[in-house]
Amino acid sequence: MSYKSKFKVWRGGADGGDLKDYTVEVNEGEVLLDVIHRLQATQAPDLAVRWNCKAGKCGSCSAEVNGKPSLLCMTRMNTFVPEETVTVTPMRTFPIIRDLVSDVSFNYEKARQIPAFAPPEGVKPGDYRMAQLDVERSQEFRKCIECFLCQDVCHVVRDHDDNKEAFSGPRFLIRAAELSMHPLDSNTHRAEFARDEQGIGLCNITKCCTEVCPEHIKITDNAIIPMKERVVDKKYDPLVWLGSKIGLRHD
Amino acid sequence: MSSLLERHNYDVIVIGAGGAGLRAAIEAREQGLRTAILCKSLFGKAHTVMAEGGIAASMGNVNSKDSWQVHFCDSLRGGKFLNNPRMVELHAKEAPDRVWELETYGALFDRTPDGKISQRNFGGHEYPRLAHVGDRTGLELIRTLQQKIVSLQQEDLKEHGDYEARIKVFAELTVTELVKDGSAIAGAYGYYRETGNFVLFEAPAVIMATGGIGKSFKVTSNSWEYTGDGHALCLRAGANLINMEFMQFHPTGMIWPPSVKGILVTESVRGDGGILTNAEGKRFMFNYVPDVFRGQYAESEEEGDRWYDDQENNKRPPELLPRDEVARAINSEVKAGRGTPHGGVYLDVSTRMTPDVIKKKLPAMHAQFLELADVDITTHPMEVGPTAHYIMGGVEVDADTEATAVPGLFACGEVSGGMHGSNRLGGNSLSDLIVFGRRAGLGAAAYVAGLGDKRPTVSESDLETAGKAALAPFHAEPAPGPDGTTAPAPENPYTVHTELQQVMSDLVGIIRREGEITEALQELKSLRRRAEHAAVEGHRQFNPGWHLALDLRNMLDVSECVAKAALERHESRGGHTREDFPIMDPNWRGVNLVCHLVPGTSDIELTHKPVPTIRPDLLSLFDRSELEKYMTAPELAVLDNPQTPSASGEKA
Repeated sequence: MSYKSKFKVWRGGADGGDLKDYTVEVNEGEVLLDVIHRLQATQAPDLAVRWNCKAGKCGSCSAEVNGKPSLLCMTRMNTFVPEETVTVTPMRTFPIIRDLVSDVSFNYEKARQIPAFAPPEGVKPGDYRMAQLDVERSQEFRKCIECFLCQDVCHVVRDHDDNKEAFSGPRFLIRAAELSMHPLDSNTHRAEFARDEQGIGLCNITKCCTEVCPEHIKITDNAIIPMKERVVDKKYDPLVWLGSKIGLRHD
Repeated sequence: MSSLLERHNYDVIVIGAGGAGLRAAIEAREQGLRTAILCKSLFGKAHTVMAEGGIAASMGNVNSKDSWQVHFCDSLRGGKFLNNPRMVELHAKEAPDRVWELETYGALFDRTPDGKISQRNFGGHEYPRLAHVGDRTGLELIRTLQQKIVSLQQEDLKEHGDYEARIKVFAELTVTELVKDGSAIAGAYGYYRETGNFVLFEAPAVIMATGGIGKSFKVTSNSWEYTGDGHALCLRAGANLINMEFMQFHPTGMIWPPSVKGILVTESVRGDGGILTNAEGKRFMFNYVPDVFRGQYAESEEEGDRWYDDQENNKRPPELLPRDEVARAINSEVKAGRGTPHGGVYLDVSTRMTPDVIKKKLPAMHAQFLELADVDITTHPMEVGPTAHYIMGGVEVDADTEATAVPGLFACGEVSGGMHGSNRLGGNSLSDLIVFGRRAGLGAAAYVAGLGDKRPTVSESDLETAGKAALAPFHAEPAPGPDGTTAPAPENPYTVHTELQQVMSDLVGIIRREGEITEALQELKSLRRRAEHAAVEGHRQFNPGWHLALDLRNMLDVSECVAKAALERHESRGGHTREDFPIMDPNWRGVNLVCHLVPGTSDIELTHKPVPTIRPDLLSLFDRSELEKYMTAPELAVLDNPQTPSASGEKA
């Protein structure tokens, strides 16, 4: 049941580091985070790794496993053959703090820029009425555990650091979609914000984000593409343009 | 050293960024206080995200018969009448407003057909009462509060040109000591995980909201952060810990494979129709309805099954008994040799609902079992067993303001005690967080306003002591041996932690015995000595070995409180089961066990204190025949003759 497996784990800090070789015991049913913890407890007590729930619910243990952005707690060891060397590195898109821990403050800055939920005027707490069918669209995006794997994999920022200023990344495009589709949100400029401040135009829908999402949120199909359509509708639909000019439409 | 120390000045410091801490911070900031939130992890990762089932609030959206009075009675029954009744009253009355308020922050709960917030059944709740979002309600709560804080920061940006003018989140920061000026709180001292650098927060008020202590146990649903920091910090600052013997073992944790042992399986599985069976295929819970609940639960499988569709004319199935009862029943079945191959019981929804309904109602459970255990719960039963989940005990607080015995120190959420008595009902935790989080924010605001210009100050020598204590693991020496030799090497903090978990699980676990608890106290003493010699390697930057060495001290403090109180309480009640005292004894109902430090030492002392009495108008919500099951003859006599002098002293 139990076997020794070979690992390459990135060790170092902001000023550099390299892959270190380790051989660690692996037992039946384990996930990669178990093995990282065993490595900490037996060979590398100062190995830095973020984790909390170990159940795929908090999105803390994000890293890259053989180059693929993954949650360490949801990476089953039986997805590798015992002879395979497993390489674990920190998320590449963000600055390194130490070992497997990266500085994800970029995401918190982007989160702060999106105008918050705007409660409907004149509706008292307790009087909110919404249909299940309508809330489900936004609920899909609220499943997001903020692991930031979609931000890590997105080539708009992964390969082009200079896009970080203009582009909020998939996680916050689904936040925009979530608010835009919220049945009672009274902010009517979500699409313009996504275009002007979040850089939605930079996304060329390669769907890498959808592929790595541990919550299986259809980021591209259900959030980004509909938001792109809303942006286009607003910008190019002459009726919308005319309506907004003469005060018939406010959305 | 102190000249290099990073210092911040705030009106109030909130330690902990789960549901209680964030709600407290929102309130403090809305009351005009400059507020700092210190979180041990990243913002939005707190343990609250693990809550699955829902938030209990008697909104009456699904059954209009529900009311705060029914919620009050259910919570008191669940806690076996040892709760602080004023807290239970405030909680039941205010929970609906707190839930509705979340919608104004942007929360999106599941809906009823008429568009209101949907409510689901849960153990111990008479009516469908839990507002929920599938089985990820905790995530919704934390994200909603997180986004509310962001919206407050956006207001501050508009008004002051700075997001952080009045509320700031300090992420990945651990507090190691509270700092005092005389008897009153003056601030908090801690370190950044990222750099290992120390930081001081000067503030006249501290709200403790650090959650629980599950990491002292081997099998737990709790994350690494749950090391009892707040319990231990408050204890060392001079506050009282009450009810520490009451530890909730959630009846249904995953048990296989070993790597996932302890991960929570939500109670909603049972609330939505899941049944518990033993290895013989028998629905055993019908054999475990205790006397106090007899007559309130179905007596046949047929009646229990009918209840899901017709709650007016049938009683609920015993799978929905309070958690302590279900956990004990599972433990007994396994002990009697009727357990599953991996030492648990079966929890089955596959024969009760269609695959589509299961995936819709329990999506996270479906994914969790499929991805971590290769079990498809739409076709196969789950294997489950008890897991250390929640500490009912905690810091003693004033029910209305959450003030502790230490001026300026407030506590709310899991770290506080009293609300849940000897056992918490599912769903009452998330509502506890937002009801008492808000009240703690109000309490702290009133306290700070009352101080005027008289702010406490921090003494430099206290800071030096705190700094030295935090760095001690870098210089730890091997322990001296009994014969004048020294151990070959210092202790490994990971090893000491593993042994502590083993001791607590084996000797102070679900079923307790005097001899074992005494042994545990001996073991804890020796672990404490070894922990003082726990050494760490390397640097101060993000060094988990160092963090664990510091957390160990807190885990040892709270474990000692749990063991001492467990030894003292000679009865079985809620989250405390003594094999040698198996009966629930009315004489113990009115007793809170209190842990505090012997002044001037670090020794923990245990004393008795009466449980606050239940007001007559609240008592009258129960049938006399039910109260007879819990109360002593003299208590009942007072009930019958409320004019007698011994009935005085009621808290208004």
